[in-house]
Amino acid sequence: MWIYEKKLEYPVKIKNKNPKMAKYIITQYGGPDGELAASLRYLSQRFSMPTEEAKAILNDIGTEELAHLEIVGTMVFQLTKGVPPDVLEKMGLGAYYSDHDHAVYPVSASGVPFTAAYIQSKGDPIADLHENLAAEQKARATYENLINLADDPDVIDPLRFLRAREIVHFQRFGEALGIVQEKLGQKKFYMSKPKEEKLAESNKEAYGLKK
Amino acid sequence: MVKEREKLLREIMAYDFAAIDMQLYLNTHPHDVRAISLHNCYVNRSRILKDMYERLYGPLTASSPYPRYPWKWIESPWPWEYQ
Ligand SMILES: [Fe+2]
Repeated sequence: MWIYEKKLEYPVKIKNKNPKMAKYIITQYGGPDGELAASLRYLSQRFSMPTEEAKAILNDIGTEELAHLEIVGTMVFQLTKGVPPDVLEKMGLGAYYSDHDHAVYPVSASGVPFTAAYIQSKGDPIADLHENLAAEQKARATYENLINLADDPDVIDPLRFLRAREIVHFQRFGEALGIVQEKLGQKKFYMSKPKEEKLAESNKEAYGLKK
Repeated sequence: MVKEREKLLREIMAYDFAAIDMQLYLNTHPHDVRAISLHNCYVNRSRILKDMYERLYGPLTASSPYPRYPWKWIESPWPWEYQ
């Protein structure tokens, strides 16, 4: 379970409105490499993790991503608060305003609503942890794009914090992958599914050795 | 008073963040004695500051040990409202 603490993980205090920037930043709220996807991915995958370290790391990073979701939502909220509809429209948020007014809704920068199809939970810890390593790199790259688009230090500062966290998460997932690989032993792990003979068969097929 | 309140809250946020970062590290390095003592140091410092904050300004969690009348939990600012 979770208990709410009335604070952010990192402070957000944006003085100047900038709806255009909000339209870009919202992609880390509900976009393909965003914090909602990250949290949902890790909190779902944790159930099928095989080691104590991996369960803990997925549980706790999944939880931290919820705090990041809140930071990103706060940024979008503060960047658009009280901005009149005609200004939103000029800044490219006319369509968003039609559907959501000034509310925060999980969409990508291009306006695609959030979907669970962004994530995978494969029941194969090696596959899942590799997905997570890639996800952290994609999130880091997105934050770098957002930092390149931003010019307000109030906006850049929390974006830099979030970018740095993706690098730490990548590091921790790498360590978890090492631990999982070591504990299971690659060979033994693949024995369980699919069976060794079936693997050999499919290899033959792939190399065109099977008649 | 608003300034003082925010200053204290930021200090709590900093210690809690340091603790979270250590926590993640320890999840993959559970035998690092120095990291465990650092983690515990951050957590203890945060607890002392949180206790001080909740006495002075109101609850950080709904289960704060200083319940007052009227119900203080609903009071603004919420975390997204420091602008
Ligand atoms: Fe992350």
